[in-house]
Amino acid sequence: MGRRVLLIEDEPHIAEAIRFLLTRDGWTVASHGDGSDAMDVIRREVPDVLVLDVKLPGRSGYDILGELRADPTLAALPVLVLSARSRQEDRDMAAEIGASHFMTKPFGNAEIVAALRQMAQT
Amino acid sequence: MVPFNILVAVCLAYVCLLFLVAFAAERRAERGRGGWLRSPIVYTLSLSIYCTAWTFYGAVGYAARSGLEFLTIYLGPTLVLIGWWVLLRKLVRIGRSQRVTSIADLISSRYGKSNLIGVIVTVIAVVAATPYIALQLQSVTLSFGVFASGTPEGWALPDQGATALWVAGGLTLFTILFGTRNLDADERHHGVVMAIALEAVVKLVALVAVGIFVVWGVADGWADVAARTRASPIADWPLQPGRWIGLTFVSAAAILTLPRMFQVMVVENSDERHLATASWAFPLYLMLMSLFVVPIAVVGLSTLPEGANPDLFVLTLPLAEGQGKLAMLAFLGGFSSATSMVIVAAIALATMVSNHVVTPLWLSLREGGARAPGDVRGLVLMSRRVSIAAILALGYIYYSLSGGSAALASIGLIAFVGVAQILPAMLGGIFWRGATGVGAAVGLTTGFLVWLYSLYLPSFGPDGLLSAELVATGPWGIGWLRPRALFGVDGLDPLLHALFWSLSLNAGSFIAVSLVTFPGPVERMQGLAFVNAFDHDPGARGWSRGGAEAEDLLIMAQGILGAEEAQGFFQSEAEAQGKAGFLPDTTPDFIEKLERRLAGAVGAATAHAMIAQFAVGAAVSAQDLMAVASEAQQILEYSTQLEAKSEELARTARQLQEANEKLKDLSVQKDAFLSQISHELRTPMTSIRAFSEILGDPDLPAEMQKKYASVIHDETIRLTRLLDDLLDLSVLENRKVQLNVKVANLHDLIGRAVQAASSTRAQRSFAIHRDMPSEHIPVITDADRLVQVFINLVSNARKYCDADRPELTISARRRGGRIIVDFVDNGSGIPKEAQRLIFEKFARLTDTAQAGGAGLGLAICREIMANLGGTIAYLPGQGGAAFRVSVPVRLEAQLEPEAAE
Repeated sequence: MGRRVLLIEDEPHIAEAIRFLLTRDGWTVASHGDGSDAMDVIRREVPDVLVLDVKLPGRSGYDILGELRADPTLAALPVLVLSARSRQEDRDMAAEIGASHFMTKPFGNAEIVAALRQMAQT
Repeated sequence: MVPFNILVAVCLAYVCLLFLVAFAAERRAERGRGGWLRSPIVYTLSLSIYCTAWTFYGAVGYAARSGLEFLTIYLGPTLVLIGWWVLLRKLVRIGRSQRVTSIADLISSRYGKSNLIGVIVTVIAVVAATPYIALQLQSVTLSFGVFASGTPEGWALPDQGATALWVAGGLTLFTILFGTRNLDADERHHGVVMAIALEAVVKLVALVAVGIFVVWGVADGWADVAARTRASPIADWPLQPGRWIGLTFVSAAAILTLPRMFQVMVVENSDERHLATASWAFPLYLMLMSLFVVPIAVVGLSTLPEGANPDLFVLTLPLAEGQGKLAMLAFLGGFSSATSMVIVAAIALATMVSNHVVTPLWLSLREGGARAPGDVRGLVLMSRRVSIAAILALGYIYYSLSGGSAALASIGLIAFVGVAQILPAMLGGIFWRGATGVGAAVGLTTGFLVWLYSLYLPSFGPDGLLSAELVATGPWGIGWLRPRALFGVDGLDPLLHALFWSLSLNAGSFIAVSLVTFPGPVERMQGLAFVNAFDHDPGARGWSRGGAEAEDLLIMAQGILGAEEAQGFFQSEAEAQGKAGFLPDTTPDFIEKLERRLAGAVGAATAHAMIAQFAVGAAVSAQDLMAVASEAQQILEYSTQLEAKSEELARTARQLQEANEKLKDLSVQKDAFLSQISHELRTPMTSIRAFSEILGDPDLPAEMQKKYASVIHDETIRLTRLLDDLLDLSVLENRKVQLNVKVANLHDLIGRAVQAASSTRAQRSFAIHRDMPSEHIPVITDADRLVQVFINLVSNARKYCDADRPELTISARRRGGRIIVDFVDNGSGIPKEAQRLIFEKFARLTDTAQAGGAGLGLAICREIMANLGGTIAYLPGQGGAAFRVSVPVRLEAQLEPEAAE
């Protein structure tokens, strides 16, 4: 029943806000704040949707995404990339590596909830 | 008896003959067919201008007055010519290789082309020659008088002075016409040389004829002459060894230093080997000239009435015997002696006066110097002519002042001693490399002044320039300054006295000053060229202007102009001469054109030197080489400049490239920085936006509302602090900080920092160790900024020290003009690879949650320390994280803060 979302985000306040929003929308939310062991957490949690921050301590979000797409068991996992960068190049790069959705900080609350809902349906 | 008018007519005819000979010789020389003109016999005969009217007439008078002493005048030159290998050969070699134009030119050229020395030598020569020229005027005038009166005593013409004036005027005209018809670059006068050679024959023939007539016509052969000699006072004259030695020496010096002798011997010399012939032929000539002197004197004394002037025996004896034609021949001999001497002396002196006095003076007076070549040529010719007239005028004035009374021989000897003053500078110049121009100038001047004072001025007699009283008691009664008894040397023959003092003071000062002065570069080079004149064999340059030479010139020209251009030039020149092929006749005109062409490529001096290598008899002088060197120097400088320019260009390009790289780097850094800032700004804004939207939900529980509001508050503060830090950093980096410098106690500053850092986040136990007493160091700096750095370090330790019981040790001490403060904690420290990054902007090592800052703290610290003239550095190997702050005890307000590392 409950859709599971894993949140990889090092900023505690941002993570807290997203957790609040998604929990309210009926998601089961897990979160993690470090890049270096993020892959282990993803494989353990096996979420329906992944929210991935680009700038993480330890390891870059793009790097994690690349490994994830290379893994057959995780290649189809919908991933929402959160970035502080808003230029088209950044969007293109994210799409190329395999992001399902790209969202720039700061984002609207309704926006991120709607995006995750849509991603979970497909 | 010869009528006076016929005498004048014969004189004019003789002069015309001389002109004709001179003209013909000049024409031959111009056509390049010197042939016999340049024979050693002509050269030897031209040397006979040594025998002037003084010798022709005066030797007899000398013998009548002083016995055989007159022979010394022949002995000196004989010795010099016999020993030609030693001295004359070298002089001639130098004269030719240096293209010397006069003795003044030789001396000035040796001493670094010093015009001062040229002027000194010119002055000495002119002053010494003036009485000598007066002597010639006197002898010609006297001989005219003898003819006019027909008496052995002499004078019957109405005005002696007027005759002398006519003679002087005539000689001036004669000399100008002879000597300055045109201007030869090498100062050679083939026509003049030919004419004086003819005159040499005339005077020898005349004297020998008179001698033969006297011995066999008047007396009864040698036996009778010998008998008369024993009976005459000549036999009673004692030999004075001092005078003999002195006079032989001074006449030997004179043949080397008399300007006219230098002119014929060195300047007019066309072949060095002529000296070998002259070395025996000229002494032979002198011997023949002196052969009949004693017989004429003895016979004259015994046959002519008491009181007859012995200086005129050569004329009066034939006249008295009614031999008009012989007397006429004798007169022509005397006339020849006088004219040849005056002509050559005037030419030589005029060359010196015009080259060393008039031309330099005129050129320096005229701004901008000569404008066209014709300019100088006209000037030189004019100045020569004026100089000749002036020199003869001086001679005439001397003649008038001295009253024409002094015995001929004594005037000649005064002149000899005068020009002998040039000898030390000349000999020193060609044999001693250490001789310097200053030494030569001092020696010449000293000798000249002593000569003037002790011999020349007193020669005017008691009514002359020096009063009888001065001569007797010395100036101002100073005994040792008496002109005829210098330094108390009394009782010496006046001539010997003057010779001794003038030459010894001259040579002494010359040597002494030379030893203490140093020659200039040109002087050193010239000294070398003079002293080692024989190091270069001029025979190797003996090219003749033939077809072979044109080939050589073409090869040389190709090397300089390139094959195509050189061949084109030669071909067109050959065509212009009506010849086929590449080899034109090497006419002077062609060579001149070629030289101009080459000059365009390599410079005038170099071109000249190159052409000279191939031209007949022309040698490359040191001056030429200097000019070549200077041209080469200019070319070198030019190419060095070019090289420097291209090097500079390369350097500029490199700098531009470096600047470009730097700009690229900066651009990348700026992008990264902006991206960082963007990230750092967006992060709190993301939280603020999310939570403020969440707060819009009316169903939110009150405690959640409160919590989220406080998050928004914290993030806003974080945002503000970030902006503050960025602005602070920007100001610090641009060194535009307004520093508030004042005296403070370091202890208070550390105290303030510890307190400020401890006031926030006191959740963790954190121990700070300080050594309070050692902290009491006064410091003059911006205290608030320094405290800011301290706060940063203390709070960093509080935040990041990962020890179980975190501790921070702060220690301070003074080292020299600086204060060192160390902050060492007991954590695990900063990884080595990160140590060099920590002072960069946004170099946050741990996660944001813990840091709570944007990673600008240490970057700001680094900038602050740079502004305070201090440094902040990470101290590796201290166990935990360790930072060292170094700050000057006194911050100089104007001091440019040193760059932080």
